[in-house]
Amino acid sequence: MSGAKPLHPGLFTWPDQNPSLMGSLCLDCGEHAFPSQRSCRACSGQNTQDAELGNTGTLWTWTIQSFMPKTPYLTDETPESFRPYGVGYVELPCGLKVESRLRENTPDQLRIGMPMQLEIISVREDEKGDALMTFQFCAAKETH
Amino acid sequence: MDVAIVGLGLHPFGRTATMSGLEQGAAAVRTALADAGTDFKTMQFAFGGSQDGGNADSLVNLLGLTGLQFTNVANGCATGGSSLNAAYSAIKSGQYDVGLVVGFDKHARGAFNPKPAEWGLDDWYGETGLMLTTQYFGMKIQRYMHDYGISRDTLIRVAEKAFRNGALTPTAWRQTALSWEEIENAPMVSEPLNKYMFCSPAEGGCALVVCRADMAQQFHSNPIYLKTAVVRSRNYGSFEVFSPSQPPEVAASPTVTASQTAFELASVGPEDIDVAQLQDTEVGAEIMHMAENGFCAHGEQEQWLAEGATEITGRLPVNTDGGCLANGEPVGASGLRQVHEICVQLRGEGGARQVAGQPKVGYTHVYGAPGISGVNILTR
Repeated sequence: MSGAKPLHPGLFTWPDQNPSLMGSLCLDCGEHAFPSQRSCRACSGQNTQDAELGNTGTLWTWTIQSFMPKTPYLTDETPESFRPYGVGYVELPCGLKVESRLRENTPDQLRIGMPMQLEIISVREDEKGDALMTFQFCAAKETH
Repeated sequence: MDVAIVGLGLHPFGRTATMSGLEQGAAAVRTALADAGTDFKTMQFAFGGSQDGGNADSLVNLLGLTGLQFTNVANGCATGGSSLNAAYSAIKSGQYDVGLVVGFDKHARGAFNPKPAEWGLDDWYGETGLMLTTQYFGMKIQRYMHDYGISRDTLIRVAEKAFRNGALTPTAWRQTALSWEEIENAPMVSEPLNKYMFCSPAEGGCALVVCRADMAQQFHSNPIYLKTAVVRSRNYGSFEVFSPSQPPEVAASPTVTASQTAFELASVGPEDIDVAQLQDTEVGAEIMHMAENGFCAHGEQEQWLAEGATEITGRLPVNTDGGCLANGEPVGASGLRQVHEICVQLRGEGGARQVAGQPKVGYTHVYGAPGISGVNILTR
């Protein structure tokens, strides 16, 4: 059995019991960014530090990717095995909206304002057979 | 010094298998030069752009090595708007008297496949399937429909109008009107937008001869005046394509800032515009751009479309030639096609699609990734 590693470093804490998205916070103007940025897009300053952005939010908008994208899309899927996936912006507690794949992939499963939670999923295997992991959001489980 | 447009040239949009993109650009230039009664040797400068058709300045190999200043422009879908803006400044400043603006393209079939690194993004963004312009368009209109009560019927009405106008336009790619049912039942691409609600990458060329207004009559008896040409990029918070995250506050789009500046510089208001071209990469874009350009309030589009206000016979005809939806989008040429169509309408040469009542003031708006808008205001 091979291992698993993030597709790209610094996007989320993992492995972790409770993975969180990673971004940055501008210490001058207080704005968050995802992915982490050394320069602040809001104030043009460079006084930023990495910050955990959490793993919950609400769905701000959504669509569904109904056909298999051309390059640069790179997964283990074939046109036959491709399954449509949701895409949305999830509004995090800090107010930042992060673009993400969504597990839900039909219109009746998706609604603006619905609570969402982060999950870590496999994108494809690398040449050594290690699973490359990325993040997506899915509908939050009911808490009551 | 004011700026006039005195020559119009269009190589039909769509597919021309026998011609390269560059050749389609050269054909458009020759048409524009003939329309202005002049020749390539008279051109003192050129601004041109193409995304996939080769370097625009290679056109001199087909048109003549005259030594003119030829500058290549690359601003995504806003390339044409940026080229015309540069030509406007070149004449306005007094540097040149007469020159050329040209755009052409020849794209492969299907959606564009951009490279993350060219947009300042890491590979994961594209590899995990987030780098598709179609997704952005779906998500922007989805939120807009939620916020402002725009219905799916209104999306269908915009597509219906585009293909109906395309059927009246001899140079359009799609010249067949589509029924409500055909549009409504088309395969879904990116919720809520289906196949007939998106424009497709295409081929084509467009060129304009521009000159000092006081020389215009030497070239054409019916010059069109370019009152202003404004290009703006995005501000922090504007909701744009290829954005892994969006700030909490949604800021005004570059369309809003370009439009407001253009109206101010031209000393006219939205109520003065007789005919408009608004970027309609998909139907949602045309709807949102009606409000972002100041022609109506957010949400009023629902009523405008139901009343037919943007039809050729309506109070503000929009995309009289079928826009991007019916003409396809050869990126380098698309923004210039908009200006070409407005000039045709202001000259009164629109034939079956001519707006009645001798329109006097026209407006064009182009929008491109990753958040660039170009607005032109034209008069006769």
